[in-house]
Amino acid sequence: MKKANKRVIPGFGLSMGVTISILSVMVLIPLASLVVFTLHMDLGEIINTITKKRVLASFEVSFLTALIASVINAVMGVILAWVLVRYEFPFKRLLDGMIELPFALPTAVAGIALTSLTADTGLIGGFFAKFGIKIAYTRIGITVALVFIGIPFVVRAVQPVLEKLDSSYEEAGVVLGASRKRIFWKVIFPEIKPAIFTGFGLAFGRCLGEYGSVVFIAGNQPFETEITPLIIMSELQEYDYASATAIALVMLSASFLILFLVNLIQMRNTRILKGGN
Amino acid sequence: MHEESIGSKVVKWILIGISFIFVFLMLVLPLITVITEALKQGWKVYLEAVSDNYTIKAVILTLEATVCAVAVNTIFGLFAAWALSKFHFKGKKLLSTLIDLPVTVSPIIAGLIFVLTFGRQSPIYPFLEEMDIKIVFAVPGIILATIFVTFPFISRELIPVLEVQGTDEEEAAALMGAKGFTIFRKITFPHIKWAFLYGIVLCAARAMGEFGAVSVLSGHLRGKTNTLPLHVEILFNEFKYVPAFAVSSILVMMAVLILIIKSVVEYIGKRESEDVR
Repeated sequence: MKKANKRVIPGFGLSMGVTISILSVMVLIPLASLVVFTLHMDLGEIINTITKKRVLASFEVSFLTALIASVINAVMGVILAWVLVRYEFPFKRLLDGMIELPFALPTAVAGIALTSLTADTGLIGGFFAKFGIKIAYTRIGITVALVFIGIPFVVRAVQPVLEKLDSSYEEAGVVLGASRKRIFWKVIFPEIKPAIFTGFGLAFGRCLGEYGSVVFIAGNQPFETEITPLIIMSELQEYDYASATAIALVMLSASFLILFLVNLIQMRNTRILKGGN
Repeated sequence: MHEESIGSKVVKWILIGISFIFVFLMLVLPLITVITEALKQGWKVYLEAVSDNYTIKAVILTLEATVCAVAVNTIFGLFAAWALSKFHFKGKKLLSTLIDLPVTVSPIIAGLIFVLTFGRQSPIYPFLEEMDIKIVFAVPGIILATIFVTFPFISRELIPVLEVQGTDEEEAAALMGAKGFTIFRKITFPHIKWAFLYGIVLCAARAMGEFGAVSVLSGHLRGKTNTLPLHVEILFNEFKYVPAFAVSSILVMMAVLILIIKSVVEYIGKRESEDVR
């Protein structure tokens, strides 16, 4: 098929032209201006900015909370995907539809709702306050918001792979007398592992950059609950574009690294998906 | 299938139970909170908050930005999907990575790059000033940021569908002398219409709710550059909780509506593709 494609189909020039022009205006030129701005900056100055104690602390907060939230989402995502693919039960379609709520609900709304729920006066926060655990305005609160944001990623990555999984290996396992636990870890888990990592990576990348839902629940205490996007935001509000850009560069490199790894895993994942077809 | 043992039934209901509890606590409860908090002081206060002058202006601006984002990304999505799925060319991988780039960038950084492109320190700023064009801290900036963060939403839904469909039908039509647009309308579009609608819905959802990027570019002028999510933030930070949740409830209703449309579109799409088979 590839060989036969000598562009019989019309519209290559036009569609490429439109694609490249809109892409240039919307994405490439703005990104280029970031590069140009960076080139004017002094390397020592950049390093100075990103090694400030407060900035380093924000990297730690962002990275740790995003990591914990994504691990929680990886576990819950696999359970949810499993339940949605393998079982029949009442309200299944409703549960399936709800998974995508974090994509549809504006992050700011999620932020204030979670804040009022988990504050000491809120329904959940009040319960935990009895045990002396504070959720809102602590790192736990940030993690809760990030779990909310990341839920759909792992579920939607694992679900299609589970659906396409060939059940004959499992049945062979059952016939050979393997326990269910063993079948899951030896037969199913290796197959869905790349999908879990893809979902985990996407959720982690999203959580690192998340701003809207976190600013309300975080309390934004320097060194304690100040996330990196918030530092960039405050530098911008003080018109300190150089510092904002320097910190943004660190975050951008992190998210590109994640994107690269996810793509690497996804390429293998597609092979499995297509093989199962 | 083999008969389920009692043990696996217990596991099944435990997993379903965990899923429901998790989804209820993380997703349903925040929604309920928004509604109950909004109606805490009765309908009168609620209606007052919703019909407030600033709220209505924020709704209009949000709709404006959403319509622009959907329009630009629809044009881009259709052309890009055509170029990327119907032809083979060098640099295809790079092009599709660049298209996906905006969603992996933190919204704050998305805002930052537009500030660097059009803001005061930009090389083109004197030119813009001469022409009396305001982008940063004005409506055009908000629209640009909204387009940027939703950039790949439509093309990303279309490309996989078109790739699975292949190019045989279009090639046959072209060889029989059909014109480009006729091929698209009669052959390609019926395959992608559900994915296309789904992409538009996703794009609209994200565009309405965008917070971080818009927040950087807005300047927060009430009644002028305030979108709904930003209006929620201002109210919440002024401790006007009831109005904040009342305005949020508008966004919640839009989110629920989007989820319903999404489920319906997915359901009909799935049924149709099964009919074809």
